[in-house]
Amino acid sequence: MKPIHIITEVLVFSPLVGAIISGLFAKKIGPRGAHYITISYVFCAFIAACALVNLSYFGNVPSVNFTLYNWLSTGSTNFQVGFLVDRLSIMMAFIVTFISLLVHIYSIGYMKGDKGYQRFFSYVSLFTFAMLALVMANNCMQLFFGWEGVGVVSYLLIGFWFHRDSAASGSLKAFLVNRVGDFGFILGIAALLASTGSLDYNKIFLHTQSLVSHSVNILPHVSIPLIDLVCFCLFIGAMGKSAQIPLHIWLPESMEGPTPISALIHAATMVTAGIYMITRMSPLFEYAPDVLNIILFIGSSGALLLGLVGLVQNDIKKVVAYSTLSQLGYMIAATGASAYAVGMFHLVTHAFFKALLFLGAGSVIVALHHEQDMRRMGGLRHYMPVTFWTFLIGTLALTAVPPFAGFFSKDAIIEAVSLSELPCATWAIFCLNIGAFVTSLYSFRALFMTFFGETRYTGGKITESTWTICLPLFLLAIGSICSGYILAPSIFMPLDGLLSSVIYLSPDAANVANDLAIPYTVGDGVFFEAFEHLPFWLTLLGFITAYYSYIVNKDFPNIIAAKFSLFYRVLIAKFGFDTFNEWFFVKGLKRISTSCYKVGDMLLIDKILVHGSANEVLSASGFLRKFQTGYLYHYTFGMVLGLAIFILVVLYI
Amino acid sequence: MTFPLLSFLIWLPVFAAAAVLLCGSDARANLVRWFSLSISILLLAASVCVYARFDPSLATMQFSESFNWIDILKVRYSLGVDGISMPLVVLASYTHLLVVLAAWQLIKNKVKQYYAVFFLIQAAINGVFCATDAVLYFVFWEAMLIPMYLCIGIWGSENRSYAAIKFFLYTFLGSTLLLISILYMGSLANDFSIASFYSLNLSLTEQLFIFFAFFLSFGVKVPMWPVHTWLPDAHTQAPAGGSVILAALMLKVGAYGFFRFCLPIVPDANMYMAPYMIALSLLAIVYIGAVALAQTDMKRLIAYSSVAHMGFVTLGLFVIYKIFAVTHNYQDPILALEGAMVQMIAHAFGSGAMFLAFGIVYDKLHTRTISDFGGLAHKMPYFAAFFLVFALANIGLPGTSGFVGEFMVILGVYKASFWISFAAALTLIVAASYTLWMYKRVFYGPLNPSLDMPIEDVSCLEKIVLWMLVFAIFAIGLYPDFLVEPMHASINNLLMLSLKSKLLV
Repeated sequence: MKPIHIITEVLVFSPLVGAIISGLFAKKIGPRGAHYITISYVFCAFIAACALVNLSYFGNVPSVNFTLYNWLSTGSTNFQVGFLVDRLSIMMAFIVTFISLLVHIYSIGYMKGDKGYQRFFSYVSLFTFAMLALVMANNCMQLFFGWEGVGVVSYLLIGFWFHRDSAASGSLKAFLVNRVGDFGFILGIAALLASTGSLDYNKIFLHTQSLVSHSVNILPHVSIPLIDLVCFCLFIGAMGKSAQIPLHIWLPESMEGPTPISALIHAATMVTAGIYMITRMSPLFEYAPDVLNIILFIGSSGALLLGLVGLVQNDIKKVVAYSTLSQLGYMIAATGASAYAVGMFHLVTHAFFKALLFLGAGSVIVALHHEQDMRRMGGLRHYMPVTFWTFLIGTLALTAVPPFAGFFSKDAIIEAVSLSELPCATWAIFCLNIGAFVTSLYSFRALFMTFFGETRYTGGKITESTWTICLPLFLLAIGSICSGYILAPSIFMPLDGLLSSVIYLSPDAANVANDLAIPYTVGDGVFFEAFEHLPFWLTLLGFITAYYSYIVNKDFPNIIAAKFSLFYRVLIAKFGFDTFNEWFFVKGLKRISTSCYKVGDMLLIDKILVHGSANEVLSASGFLRKFQTGYLYHYTFGMVLGLAIFILVVLYI
Repeated sequence: MTFPLLSFLIWLPVFAAAAVLLCGSDARANLVRWFSLSISILLLAASVCVYARFDPSLATMQFSESFNWIDILKVRYSLGVDGISMPLVVLASYTHLLVVLAAWQLIKNKVKQYYAVFFLIQAAINGVFCATDAVLYFVFWEAMLIPMYLCIGIWGSENRSYAAIKFFLYTFLGSTLLLISILYMGSLANDFSIASFYSLNLSLTEQLFIFFAFFLSFGVKVPMWPVHTWLPDAHTQAPAGGSVILAALMLKVGAYGFFRFCLPIVPDANMYMAPYMIALSLLAIVYIGAVALAQTDMKRLIAYSSVAHMGFVTLGLFVIYKIFAVTHNYQDPILALEGAMVQMIAHAFGSGAMFLAFGIVYDKLHTRTISDFGGLAHKMPYFAAFFLVFALANIGLPGTSGFVGEFMVILGVYKASFWISFAAALTLIVAASYTLWMYKRVFYGPLNPSLDMPIEDVSCLEKIVLWMLVFAIFAIGLYPDFLVEPMHASINNLLMLSLKSKLLV
């Protein structure tokens, strides 16, 4: 066994050990024991991830693919549990363990005194394990294991405060919507296995050409290329996990969970699994331009529309949640435009600044004794300087102000999409540009409503949070400032880029990647180039609008809302997805299932067939019973009658 | 002569039942319990022996025993296990141990009779799995019904006698046809060993008649739509142990019948009927799943979920003909067929586990109505955690037993058709809906005021039982190869027999 194998195993399994100890021996180890143990194990994983980063990025160790054990062999198929350690998985592993470590530390303060303290740490560590199993997998079966694993831990954590009805319903909704995605995903996996005979990434990619050349009859006279079917099914999975329209409805509900969870699962890691998966499967997606077109359309539409909904939210977590939905749309749009590396880049920077924003929001919520409504906040910058400054940094990174992290990645996405030649690119570029304005508007709105203006909170004294909360904020702020600047040159390097060994690009897409790289090959010109780009000015416009509406003239939003009341109502109704969903799926399904039960099972089968046949027997025997009178003369009469009929029959036939 | 392990597995429970009955009144219940436990452990040890000494490279019957029984009819007392029945024998012993342990606190009256009944069921079920003679098989097959009837009728809930009689008549109806077809085939083959039926050359008409008999007898047991309505009633009324045995073993006996009789004996009829059987299986998965969603009675919901999951077994069984028709490759249907086998075992730890867990909570609260619960996790946190694991196994979460079989079948049937796979995969959504919605209504939310009383969480003994289930769930989920590996040779052999037409010879 090579050292890199051991490092990988430590990376993946140490959070599991922590989760098991803190879950099973909760009483024995107590709250302090729980956080010490889980944090040490996650720290181990983080060190292992750092070691892998060192080996792979600086030591140029080639990717390693190894099998842990044989899960199942049947017929000609082997399902194995194994790991693929390459730059893509290492990048994800680093982000996952880093954010997870910070969230663990943060939770010491946030979850203090909670009844389920140990349970919480156990779940978070378990999540880390499942996420690492997902990103380090070398085959689709294990990917699916992690995929569902993170889904179920997310379910548990959203429902963590299960005594609240809203939390219980939110967790159920989140899991079921995710399952719709998983439903598509497993069909994609089934199609892959049936057509390539294996689920290992490497073996699948060898068969790409046969996937392209074959087609399937999806309906009697409709056939589509196999690769389109596979990629579309896989994308449905990504839609579920990465909360794309129309499967995005679960993410706002997921805010019922504790805030550290929202940062870790519903912003930085789990929801980006879809982007990771598409990037991992780039050798397939590159051959399915029709699907890429759909991806681009859905991603960019989400980036704009869901950002718009964020404008009318008053719950600080909901604003950040809709912002996450919008940013996920950006990432998905990037993969749709074949700019996988850029999508991954935004994933990384977004992980820093969105985790920062969520944890910052959490810090505010703790300070205000679980008040989440921004209308009752305001002026907090005087009381919570660390939270304010870090939140500001997060906001600047999110709104893509140079030189913060988001600028590099988001600008590159818009650039990449504008170079795309897919039919949807025009719509996409419109959405993403307007999206930049919207992003800036809702972000600064949240910032101003929370930290500026007069103090509207009346529930008691406001103090800055403890160091376990501030330290993660501080570290994430550093990441939000410089991760973009540090990573950008190596991401965009056309030939020897950070991810170019793991991402497959068709020749056209490769040209786009080359064009993107030009500013980075000529030095630091990229900062100044920002001012020539539309998004920058739109962001500025968003900032000015927010400043005017929430600092200068506070009636302005109401005037706008009244003026465009139809549009406002549409936004308040979140485009009606929830209503439709409630009416069509929830009520519809209940009605169908009740009628299946009442009509199908109770009436048709049980009452008519089963009891019906029993009753038939009963009435037939009741009829027959009438002949058994017990009177001798009845029987004699019967015998005579029978004899007479018999003789008649014999005589005349 | 080697030790007759299989006879031991069949007859030890019979003697144990007799011994238990002689034990005296309920005053000596503890003696009965300890005695039953030791016998049960002995049975498990014997079946683990069978597993350990089983040679996975052989497709033939192993541990065979054969004696003349009814000479004039050439009926023999012959036993043996292959890769298909061996895992089921181990499962039966494991389940029996669980039932014995679970009954420790749940059953307070007629203790010795209860244990005796379960020993008899155990004997009959082992007999069904081990018999290689058709008449012997049939004897055990019918022998199962009587103790189960007693179990529901004596220890059941309020509506028990209706459920017991419904269970008996429903399943008995099919059995008569099975007997006729066994007699018919026996007279043709001039021998009653099941293996000799495999080589009978039956015309399509004969095969279809026999298939119909098989379908009624095995299909009722599985149960397949539309002959499933006995099951929810039987389950709701049966005591916890009865439900566990029903779900974990009785239903498997039906599916096992399809494996042992239907597939290899009437291949052409299967081929002919496969589309309908696939349709019925999918109907079970989707339609029954929807019906489960509408249930207000928790045990009924679990019962319907049990039927829905058995749909995967019959789907995996009959889809092999469709797969073979599409690809003409003997290797391709293996995934689905072995998936059906795994699903049979795994089902015991999904539905079976939920029934057992429900028995524990029913003992404390005496209600089955879901709306009577709510917020139970406040009162019984440990129990809630265990039940969550069972619920997750039931919805087929990867890493648990429920995933393996469904995953194999969904992936396997894709070769037959995208749409079959599509319909089967709907279980991901449907099963999650009814299971977790039920879980939410029972365990989550604010505490239901009617539960505002001291409720004890699981006892130490109950924890042992629940841990045994959890262990099995994860063992199968994380390393299914130990379960599947012994099946390969027998499944291959079975496929060869089942896919070879009898009409072309």
